[in-house]
Amino acid sequence: MAAVGHSGRLAGVVRGRRRRLAPYLLLAPGMAWLVVFFIVPMYYLATTSLQHGSLEIGYTFSWAWSNYADAITTYHTQFLRSLEYAGIATAIALVVSYPLAYWIAFRGGRWKNLFLLLVIAPFFVTYLIRTLAWETILADGGPVVGILRDIHVLGPDGRLLATSSAVIAGITYNFLPFMVLPLYVSLEQIDARLLDAAHDLYASRPWSFLRVTLPLSLPGVFAGTLLTFIPATGDFINAQLLGTPQQYMIGNVIQSKFLQLTDYPQAAALSFVLMAAILVAVLAYTRLLGTERLTG
Amino acid sequence: MTAITAPPSATVVDVRLERLTKRFDDVVAVDDISLDIEHGRFFALLGPSGCGKSTSLLMIGGFEEPTAGRIYLGERDVSGLPSYKRDVNTVFQSYALFPHLSIFENVAFGLRRRGTRGDELKRRVLDALELVGLSGLERRRPRQLSGGQQQRIALARALVNHPRVLLLDEPLGALDLKLRKQMQLELKRIQHEVGITFVHVTHDQEEAMTMADQIVVMNSGRIEQAGTPTDLYEKPATAFVASFVGVSNLLLATVSGPGQVRLSEGTEVSVPAATLAGRTGEVAIGIRPEKIRLGAGELNVLAGTVAESAYIGVSTQYIVDTPAGSVSVCVQNDRPGATALAAGERLTLSWDPESTFAVEPPEGTP
Ligand SMILES: Nc1ncnc2c1ncn2[C@@H]1O[C@H](COP(=O)(O)OP(=O)(O)OP(=O)(O)O)[C@@H](O)[C@H]1O
Ligand SMILES: [Mg+2]
Repeated sequence: MAAVGHSGRLAGVVRGRRRRLAPYLLLAPGMAWLVVFFIVPMYYLATTSLQHGSLEIGYTFSWAWSNYADAITTYHTQFLRSLEYAGIATAIALVVSYPLAYWIAFRGGRWKNLFLLLVIAPFFVTYLIRTLAWETILADGGPVVGILRDIHVLGPDGRLLATSSAVIAGITYNFLPFMVLPLYVSLEQIDARLLDAAHDLYASRPWSFLRVTLPLSLPGVFAGTLLTFIPATGDFINAQLLGTPQQYMIGNVIQSKFLQLTDYPQAAALSFVLMAAILVAVLAYTRLLGTERLTG
Repeated sequence: MTAITAPPSATVVDVRLERLTKRFDDVVAVDDISLDIEHGRFFALLGPSGCGKSTSLLMIGGFEEPTAGRIYLGERDVSGLPSYKRDVNTVFQSYALFPHLSIFENVAFGLRRRGTRGDELKRRVLDALELVGLSGLERRRPRQLSGGQQQRIALARALVNHPRVLLLDEPLGALDLKLRKQMQLELKRIQHEVGITFVHVTHDQEEAMTMADQIVVMNSGRIEQAGTPTDLYEKPATAFVASFVGVSNLLLATVSGPGQVRLSEGTEVSVPAATLAGRTGEVAIGIRPEKIRLGAGELNVLAGTVAESAYIGVSTQYIVDTPAGSVSVCVQNDRPGATALAAGERLTLSWDPESTFAVEPPEGTP
């Protein structure tokens, strides 16, 4: 009798311990992934950014903080341009995506999934090809430039390709689905009865939108803008294919330092500065929008 | 001498439905209903699931467009008016509290829209919260409240606007039995206190009987009967009402004279002449189980055998097989030491003719 009671209690203890371990076990694969593919590379990148030397003579670690100073003084224009282009593209994407997501969520009916598929359809084609397609569309002999010249928006030898507008348009286009999808999810989740309740309490349609729909969709706005802004800041394909060195963003600089000039320390330092810049921007943005209000 | 006289005992009609119909594709949810709801009433729309109660309520609130017919609030035809221009407020079944706003802001929503500000706003919101017994919760968010508390907030949010009519769509449906009983009395108290017309949708006949002073029974989109709880119970107009509101014994019979019917096996039974209302041929007569006595003593008599008996404390319920069909009888245990009859015992049932009502035989019976 006593033995049974004892082993029963033991089983209880083991079960209790297992329950306490369960969350960590569930976390383990993700943590392992992060350690191997994020922490370790970050460590190497960090040490690289403090080395000096060249590919021929080899790189040595020397706490070369000057890499950072150089990165900022030499390339601050490209840094600022990256933030500017990404910011403008994110804003345009938001303005374009919100009505689209709203329409699909509330008016899409049984075609919702089809419309969502259409939104992500361009993703079935490689990034590079999509951007090259834009090069054709915006080309000097292309239809868009022709029409804009005809209606005198562009001068007789005005062009679209190789301008900031082309780069920003390309970025907007390429990251649009990252904006539409989170917006759609947050709008789709809104209980239609809440809008009935707002109408019941004398709120007209615009007012219900401002006081109910918009605040409840803010988590989607937040997720969408971050998912667009962060990768857009580091982008280099659009500037390379649709712009000129005058439009180069920090991604172009890092890419050429790494792959063409093999100036690894400088490239690594630039990457860290970019990361810090994005982090600051995102923190400021989070403060502004307030995560607490979002999850309320 | 004045020539002008006030209309005698003017009753104000708050809601008038005129031949209201709502069709969804091939479903007729509400089928040509007409109805007057007087000011200050606690009015219940009662009916089984899917009979069109919610649809009727949503049309009054302006959330569904009628296919045909008109809706008046007071004198005003509001049929085409959007919900935000109607002087009614709704308590939704799911409460529909705004999750991103505090309790205070939830309750203040309608007032703010109508331009109430400052101290006046604050006073009215706090008064409304006090009315529903939830003072002190104004800074919380809806999801930090229990179901019963959310229900009260939904009520406060609607009442604070002093609408002409308050619409309630099964507001107690999500609560457990005990809380529901408590809220039924609470709602009734609040209605007395504010004096606003309540239109309360429910599928629970007991709830409707407890709370309402006027009940409309609906069935497949139509109105079966409108009246006070007593009317519906004592003088049901249709077989549906007779069995939906309380329990009824319905026996098939043929009219054999004024105030006289013959049951299917030949027994002659007296009924009030008025209840036959000139009917001839087949009818169904109904008697409530508690109006039947065990043993002779009343004018109408029927012999039978006890099929089942169940002692449930306050009363004992019997199922008695008679040649005219099986009859349920409910006997109050109001004497000490009463002994129940056992199954198989033969007995005589009797009842007062005045306790009998007649309705059209339910469909599907031969
Ligand atoms: N939007 C709609 N589209 C199609 N049919 C509907 C719609 N709303 C209601 N109906 C149908 O109309 C009928 C009445 O529905 P309603 O919601 O008014 O019933 P109810 O009496 O409130 O029932 P319950 O007690 O279950 O809430 C039902 O047959 C329902 O299927
Ligand atoms: Mg309903």
